[in-house]
Amino acid sequence: MITAISIESLAVARGDRALISGFNLTLDAGEAVALAGRNGAGKTSLLRAVAGLIRPSAGRVVFHGEDGEIAAEDAVARDAHLIGHQDGLKLSRTAWDEALFQAEWTGGTTASARAACARLGLGKLLGLQVRKLSAGQRRRLALARLAASPRSLWLLDEPMAPLDRDQRGVFGQLMAEHLAGGGLILAAAHDPLPIAARPIEVGGGENAG
Amino acid sequence: MRGFSLVLRRELALSWAGGGGPVLALGFYLAMASLLPLALGADPARMVAVAPGFAWLVLALASLLSLERMFERDFEDGALDLIALGPAPLEMTALAKGLAQWAAITGPLAVLAPIVVVALGAPLSLAPIVVTCGLIGGLSFCFLGGVGASLSLGSRRGGVLIALIVLPLFTPPVIFGAGAIEAFGAALDWRAPLLLLCAYSLAATALCPFAMAAAARNALS
Repeated sequence: MITAISIESLAVARGDRALISGFNLTLDAGEAVALAGRNGAGKTSLLRAVAGLIRPSAGRVVFHGEDGEIAAEDAVARDAHLIGHQDGLKLSRTAWDEALFQAEWTGGTTASARAACARLGLGKLLGLQVRKLSAGQRRRLALARLAASPRSLWLLDEPMAPLDRDQRGVFGQLMAEHLAGGGLILAAAHDPLPIAARPIEVGGGENAG
Repeated sequence: MRGFSLVLRRELALSWAGGGGPVLALGFYLAMASLLPLALGADPARMVAVAPGFAWLVLALASLLSLERMFERDFEDGALDLIALGPAPLEMTALAKGLAQWAAITGPLAVLAPIVVVALGAPLSLAPIVVTCGLIGGLSFCFLGGVGASLSLGSRRGGVLIALIVLPLFTPPVIFGAGAIEAFGAALDWRAPLLLLCAYSLAATALCPFAMAAAARNALS
């Protein structure tokens, strides 16, 4: 289980352009960090670098567990959720098939997937094909895996953008419970998160340097 | 292992339920087979001589058809991110994808192939070797195709690019398979080319998932 992560002088480049350099951050259990910054500042790249999908050009991300440091690959594969811009859903499959796969793939069960879907108000939609769902409903379907399979580190990239006010409330509760249970949240968001989060500015962006 | 079976089931469900996969490949195969007599003329002797090699070659081509969807769909809709953060390494997922492609596309093609060969006038006795070559060689078509599919991730018109990457690699299995079928028909020793085909397919099955996973990781970063 991840109990803390520390990002140590991380640098990420996209092509020839250095997006982030010398980025330091420590995140402890029960803590949330809200990454702010202009469009193109590198918030998404930062999250993907923490998830191990992008290889940083310098620096590293260290995952700490109860018994010391955990290898990054293991930590991420067993104990991190990444919610990106895209929901990773197949349009031709039913909402339930997709929710179940996402939950099982990340370590949940049929029962936990069903409970998570009910929690996010998806109960009546589960028989429908994903293509018939709205953007907000699809996002909720993707968010269901956060509740369905317990993983410590949540990497969230604009998780609430398509959600309505009520659903933001439900999601805020989910996040609060996660933090209370010793979870960690690293979220990129332009709107303020519905929970107490430490704001961190990610530099650069379209107009900078 | 659980991750492997999860992703395999999902891939199979996607390729069978999404429509298009096997139906498209089988339709293409049948259409090509019915065009052959029109192109070659009505001389049955000529048809019989050409049918086995033709059936084998078109099987290789038809297996290219749905390769583009093997990785591209997961890449575009973000599912590849999720898959990369799961319990199974990407290599395992690539193996599952290749096997699913084999079960959904080249497997059905291999079953159809002897019917086509016999319909074109070849003797019924060729049917077993055609199925065998189709099933075994199909493995190499799927896995080599998967390498092409993962290498072309993110490029526009991936389909054409895949064909260009993959077709040269199809040369050995096409030669070995056609050799085995021809030798079998002529009552010569067909075991040697068939064993070579087995060896090539097994090597492709064992090695290609690593290449696919590396290419997919590269596309994600």
